[in-house]
Amino acid sequence: MDIDWAALGQVFGVSLVATIALVGVFTLGIVGASSGRTQSAHGGGASVLARTGSYACFALCAAAVAYGIYIITAP
Amino acid sequence: MEHITLLIGIVIVTALVFDFTNGFHDTANAMATTISTGALKPKTAVAMSAVLNLAGAFLSIEVAKTISSGIIDEGSGIQPEVIFAGLVGAIIWNLLTWLAGLPSSSSHALMGGLLGATVASVGLGAVNGGTVVMKVLIPAIAAPLVAGLAALLATRLTYRAARNADEQQTAKGYRTGQITSAALVSLAHGTNDAQKTMGVITLALITGGVIAPEADPPMWVIVSAGLAIALGTYLGGWRIIRTMGNGITDIKPPQGFAAQTSAAVTILASSHIGFSLSTTHVCSGAVMGSGVGRKGGVVRWSTAGRMVAGWGLTLPAAGIVAAGAALLAQQGDWGVTTVAVLAVATSAGIWLLSRRQPVDHTNVNDVSLPGTSGPEPAGVVTAALRSVSPPPPAAAPAPAPAPAPANSKAGSNGGPHSTPEDAAAPGQHSEAEAERQRAASTLG
Repeated sequence: MDIDWAALGQVFGVSLVATIALVGVFTLGIVGASSGRTQSAHGGGASVLARTGSYACFALCAAAVAYGIYIITAP
Repeated sequence: MEHITLLIGIVIVTALVFDFTNGFHDTANAMATTISTGALKPKTAVAMSAVLNLAGAFLSIEVAKTISSGIIDEGSGIQPEVIFAGLVGAIIWNLLTWLAGLPSSSSHALMGGLLGATVASVGLGAVNGGTVVMKVLIPAIAAPLVAGLAALLATRLTYRAARNADEQQTAKGYRTGQITSAALVSLAHGTNDAQKTMGVITLALITGGVIAPEADPPMWVIVSAGLAIALGTYLGGWRIIRTMGNGITDIKPPQGFAAQTSAAVTILASSHIGFSLSTTHVCSGAVMGSGVGRKGGVVRWSTAGRMVAGWGLTLPAAGIVAAGAALLAQQGDWGVTTVAVLAVATSAGIWLLSRRQPVDHTNVNDVSLPGTSGPEPAGVVTAALRSVSPPPPAAAPAPAPAPAPANSKAGSNGGPHSTPEDAAAPGQHSEAEAERQRAASTLG
């Protein structure tokens, strides 16, 4: 009986880190987008900054999704 | 495909039926949380999942080399009868767990079926005991832990990060994120599980001498396997979707997003690293984790316990059914015919039992019904599961305090009133199910 602890540990680590990173970045993105919208009445640079930041977050998530599709298609 | 014998033909048809049950059993993995949070309408969700499963079947050309993942020694020449019996065991177990509304791994059912059939026909010698532990037991324990922990932490994080944001505004974002993650899960499922059926059919064709060994599967095999899994996904295992989406815990949009994302990441990471985990176990674990992660979230551990008991039973139960089928099928043509007739009869019986308390896209989010098979006598397996797990009465009162938010989310179905309606006019909602059954019986 030969249990591949290394692979199991790797799956554990990668899943944990990647999930938390993705969920964190995406949450920042939607928080930024929503705060950008509520503050836009007041105008100012803060909302522009928030919106730019949120777009960057979404772009990062889109890249992650693209990488996911790449993993599915490439054996 | 000129010289296909009757037996090979039966194996192919049975493999496609298994593929179909695999599809509707696993719709819940990708879409249960999406449906219960209302991110997508039930019909839209299953249609999207079906299309992605179909696409997934064509995406990867690398067909599963070993259909049993090395659990049994396929090199010694596995007979078509054995494959047939294994598939029958897997199908019956899939249908029984569907009736009980239990998410259970279709891959484990297939492995168990092949294992049981091999033991019955060749003996214990052809089984790799170590591989069983490595490929079945360890992943079954690890998958819900990995995905559950990831979902728990992700849920905490996202609630914390968005605590000052407007809930209405963020809900839309969560919705998009959740749908994207669910799409990835569907695509990965189509790639993995449709391949499994293609592997089975290809192996049967090779044993029958129809195609050369090492040959790639013919195009019609790829197309039919993809279509079978997509059709199954589209018809949807609503009972399982209800258990996963509403039965284990009540899911809010941030939780649904966190759970589905952790499931997608875990599935992709595990298949990429080569330590494959069952999609079903990963998704169930993620849902439980997100239930624990939300403040005030309640996980119905009695339902979860019954589900885990079902996972433990999957391999032996499918194996025992398959072993019986293998013993019969090896008696010759009449044995194969008997197994086929019994399998169709059992499937029809299970379907008839399911009609007593139908679950479909109209009442899938209806929390007035507990997330399991309900009070009616649902058959041997439910009884067995009840005896090994905490008694169900604990599950019945639990959903009561929670129905308000889930119903307001669902919107279309206005709460408990649809229960008497279903009882009075079961025919009204039965069309999709009837269609499914018709498809199943003509295939079988």
